[in-house]
Amino acid sequence: MTKPGEIILQESDDSTVTLVLTGSWKLGGIGSSAEDVYQRLQSLPTPSKIKFDSSQLSEWDSGLLIFARRLRTVCQTKNDVFDSSGLPQGAQQLLALAAAVPEKKDARKIESKTPFLVVVGNDTVELFHSIGKMLEFIGEATLALLRLFHGQARFRRSDMLMTMESCGGQALPIVSLISFLVGLILAFVGAIQLQLFGAEIYVADLVGIAMVRLMAAIMTGIVMAGRTGGAFAAQLGTMQVNQEIDALRTMGISPMEFLVLPRMLALALMMPLLCLYANIMGVLGGMVVGVSLLDIGLIQYYNQTVAAVRLWDLGIGIFSGIVFGVIVSLSGCMRGMECGRSASAVGEAATSAVVTAVVGIILSTAVITIICNMLGI
Amino acid sequence: MIDRPPHITVQDFTMGYGDFVLMRDLNFTINHGDIFIIMGGSGCGKSTLMTILTGLKRPAGGKVFYDKTDFWGSGPEVRDRIIRRAGVMYQSGALWSSMTLAENVSLPLESYTALSAAEIKEVVDLKLELVGLAGFGEFYPSEISGGMQKRAGIARAMALDPEILFFDEPSAGLDPVSARRLDDMILELRDSMGTTMVIVTHELASIFAIGDNSVFLDVSQRTMTATGDPNKLLAESRDPTLHMFLTRGEKLT
Repeated sequence: MTKPGEIILQESDDSTVTLVLTGSWKLGGIGSSAEDVYQRLQSLPTPSKIKFDSSQLSEWDSGLLIFARRLRTVCQTKNDVFDSSGLPQGAQQLLALAAAVPEKKDARKIESKTPFLVVVGNDTVELFHSIGKMLEFIGEATLALLRLFHGQARFRRSDMLMTMESCGGQALPIVSLISFLVGLILAFVGAIQLQLFGAEIYVADLVGIAMVRLMAAIMTGIVMAGRTGGAFAAQLGTMQVNQEIDALRTMGISPMEFLVLPRMLALALMMPLLCLYANIMGVLGGMVVGVSLLDIGLIQYYNQTVAAVRLWDLGIGIFSGIVFGVIVSLSGCMRGMECGRSASAVGEAATSAVVTAVVGIILSTAVITIICNMLGI
Repeated sequence: MIDRPPHITVQDFTMGYGDFVLMRDLNFTINHGDIFIIMGGSGCGKSTLMTILTGLKRPAGGKVFYDKTDFWGSGPEVRDRIIRRAGVMYQSGALWSSMTLAENVSLPLESYTALSAAEIKEVVDLKLELVGLAGFGEFYPSEISGGMQKRAGIARAMALDPEILFFDEPSAGLDPVSARRLDDMILELRDSMGTTMVIVTHELASIFAIGDNSVFLDVSQRTMTATGDPNKLLAESRDPTLHMFLTRGEKLT
């Protein structure tokens, strides 16, 4: 174990101060704190020269440099001559290097404290801007869709098929699990209440209508928001970082048609199918509870479900599925397209895509429910 | 040298973000068949200048003319038509990562030509051969090295036989031999097809080897301080900043 760094102040007649450095001058291991030396130096009558003696110095690193640098700053304010020639050769060179390019005074970040009201105001303006951008994006997507119907939109069919596979077939396991469990939970919760009235058989109605009309679409929508919406945002965001979207633009290929349209179509086509599948899985989940716990017969449960669920319920569920598909794909693509040019921006885009999609799903569910209520279906 | 007509003319050009002015009063001309170097220190706005020239970003002020057409003063259709005659190679290649190299090169051909699939395949093979990537058509961008990605980016930029090729730092991140091969390729393409080349770079070796016209953006003065043949600029310029740039930091004597 080497001795910690110590410093001895020697004054000579011609008011030269020599700092004798001993021991190890490494970061974190410096014994006599540099603060003491600054204070002791200031208490002395103004020295004409400050010298170093490092003959007893065993080892050093940035710790010594930091000390010397601060000392130099102190000395310069006192207009004294700072003589670094007594320092080790390497330390002298590093000090000279650090002083070679003067600090850029205006390079510092300006940190101003914004008043609360200004923050609120800015955020509100920002909110309106983002609503405007959202509407612009929806408009552009609609135009691209119109161009598709006119046969003018340019995108690769294979891209769309690949997206359909990844957001359709590959999503089946998670959709199965979630909707089966949701059906099961609904049946459980319903059974406890219905048992009080001896009306266990209505568990089939409860599960059937809730799943087919609403829950299957919402649960699938939320699963797809996390799974596919986030993936869309990350894909397009990475393409933005990689300048791939710039490359499309300079080729005169509209990213809206080439990237957004196939994704939107794929999800809008796959979501209703996934919803249908989720309906079946949800009813199956309810059936498991009904048959095993409530002693309802398999056929009886089936008949009860078929009698309870109307075609309208199925229609509303499938329609919601299509709407959610469009919402999830659009929010994913929008956040991806407006992504910044860094890795963290891609992460933010994915997060924001999921949040936007979930909020959109809930809001549109409310709107659809209110409209259905008004129409009496 | 034969007098060549101007291809791109930049007039009283200002660029910046919001209130911040990055460069002002840019005036220079790129002639047909030039290998034009946009040079300057880091952060001087070289790449921003290129995004404006290639139509991705509007300038804060001033005009750009392609031949005689006012680029930013025209509608999007005219801009599209002009920029379709240009190819752009991005710094990292910017190949579309979900497509193979061959698909990358063929996409512009499929979009803008009426060629048959067999003809397109021939063109794609030729362009990949020209950049030394024959046989790599079925590879995805992630499966090849950075230098190869850049070359594939050039093949894609050349797909439609453009009149102008833009390069964003073509030799950055390449080993010296590959960088030299890329320079030779740029020279050959210019000589054989008369393509105008606009290159953003600060690789001195490339600048002197291939550049025959240039503009120097001085970040401290926020404007251009010189334009012309870089070799002549080195010999004749008395501007200390430019001299330091062209000599890796030697002081003007």
